[in-house]
Amino acid sequence: MNNSNTTEKYKLKDGSRVAVIGGGPSGTFFSYFLLNMAERIDLKLHVDIYDSRDFSSDGPPGCNMCGGIISESLVQTLATEGIDLPPTVVQRGIESYMLHMDAGSVQIKTPTQEKRIGAIYRGAGPRGIKETQWESFDGYLLGLAKDKGAHVIKGRLEKVIWKNGLPEIQMKGGTPLTYDLLGIAAGVNTSALKLFEDLKQGYTPPKTTKTFICEYYFGRETIEKTLGNSMHTFLLDLPRLEFAAIIPKGDYVTTCMLGKDIDKDLVQAFLTRPEVKRCMPKDWKWDEYVCQCMPRMNTKGSSQPFMDRTIFIGDCAVSRLYKDGIGAAYRTAKAAVSAVVFEGVSAESFKEFSWPAYKKLEKDNKIGKIIFFAVGLIQKIPLMRRAILKMITTEQNRDDHPKRMSVVLWDMFTGSAPYRTIFFRMFHPFFLASFIWNIVSSIRIFRRRKS
Amino acid sequence: MKKKSKDSGYLGNTYKDGEYIVRQGEPGNCMYEIQGGKVVVFRSEGADEIQLAELPKGEFFGEMAIFEHGVRSASVRAVGEARVLTIDKKILLRRITQDPTLAFRILEKMSHRIRELDTEIAKLKSTV
Repeated sequence: MNNSNTTEKYKLKDGSRVAVIGGGPSGTFFSYFLLNMAERIDLKLHVDIYDSRDFSSDGPPGCNMCGGIISESLVQTLATEGIDLPPTVVQRGIESYMLHMDAGSVQIKTPTQEKRIGAIYRGAGPRGIKETQWESFDGYLLGLAKDKGAHVIKGRLEKVIWKNGLPEIQMKGGTPLTYDLLGIAAGVNTSALKLFEDLKQGYTPPKTTKTFICEYYFGRETIEKTLGNSMHTFLLDLPRLEFAAIIPKGDYVTTCMLGKDIDKDLVQAFLTRPEVKRCMPKDWKWDEYVCQCMPRMNTKGSSQPFMDRTIFIGDCAVSRLYKDGIGAAYRTAKAAVSAVVFEGVSAESFKEFSWPAYKKLEKDNKIGKIIFFAVGLIQKIPLMRRAILKMITTEQNRDDHPKRMSVVLWDMFTGSAPYRTIFFRMFHPFFLASFIWNIVSSIRIFRRRKS
Repeated sequence: MKKKSKDSGYLGNTYKDGEYIVRQGEPGNCMYEIQGGKVVVFRSEGADEIQLAELPKGEFFGEMAIFEHGVRSASVRAVGEARVLTIDKKILLRRITQDPTLAFRILEKMSHRIRELDTEIAKLKSTV
């Protein structure tokens, strides 16, 4: 009896009030799917989304600091959900990846020869943007949540307390408001998480590392002549650099560097490499970027991203290692919504029904760390780099050839498959045999050239 | 400000008027979502083509291949220029396994189509 009373106490009812802190993809996916699911079971909820950003502004006021790639699998999943990404939001459909190494460059085409990766801007675009034809991705999602019935309120969270078993929040300059549920989607780059850590109810923010993102204005014609519809990725022997990419957008190009505490020296070392220069326009100067930021990125998730009547969503809970952060926002939002609507809003419900999906992402990241470690070793050995280049070139030039290395790198760069899948593909006997054969073949070619 | 074309931002494949997207009898391992334009679904019965439906933006087709192993039961052609996104069976089924609510919209659409078929059958029976 007591148990069922407790369970009922934590169930949302008609008129229950939900506050979502953060209007980025985690917050809007959560609000959108919460209202969508509630509608299916005739549950009437009141959802307020709080965010201080204006997504129609250029530069930092409208930006959520991100490379801006919607992965192949997320594009398909969102389409299945009925969320199409229009060409007013997607600045460029990506149809291939260019892998650059000191040994040369090779193009990895999408398996279906179809544009299924979207390059977007989270805000209106870089500081001083010269054209405004495209919409912000975050603004577009926020619009969808609004259309579903969410109320969007501009504000910054200042205080959280518990009153009569319910969370009470106060926005800067506002009056205290009580809610039945808080969805925290504030992201790792905000100070709001400290407020929840200070509550001492078990939440600890994720571990993070610094990344580097900068924007160059090239103009659309120049982008089409140089970078095209390909995302450019790099396997270079640069210590601390795990992954670097150049992403063509509408008129701008985003450069993204991920690794261990990226600093100015590493940025300069990467941007002045000949491999980077050869895919940029001839008159390009590495330090003439129009906008830059060094946001933090989740590298290890929170150990308890939930408490009674509070669930953390997106990267303030868990994310995917180095890739597909927006995909992780979607998955955590869906896992949170299922628990909220069907099971209740107690810490126990979240632990039993949302946490397994979160933990799955974290477990996969552990495998991801092993893969990045292996790739790090390969990056250091020129012979290995040549073997990779040779293997991909053969695979891409012959339609009938199995695309083992291409698929591994495609999934790794795009974030389309879980790291677990990539790991098993990497350690498949056929993959290993083919890779060893390519190493031996590269040694032969190298010796022949030398002699 | 000069108005620019946003065709760089289109996702999926673009099909010309009359171009086949799916052919009846072919094996299928994906479904499709219409991102822009219209498509027509039809069955070939001998030399005749029987139109089954015209689907607008936001609709999907080929979903039977996701849940069955059979061949395509009908052909689909673009009406005017159509932009269509391919949704892989493997990716979709993996996601549905992780999050069964993802299948709600597919079920909703399939249920809607069964309703329409019921109405059609009732109409046909009443005329026989």
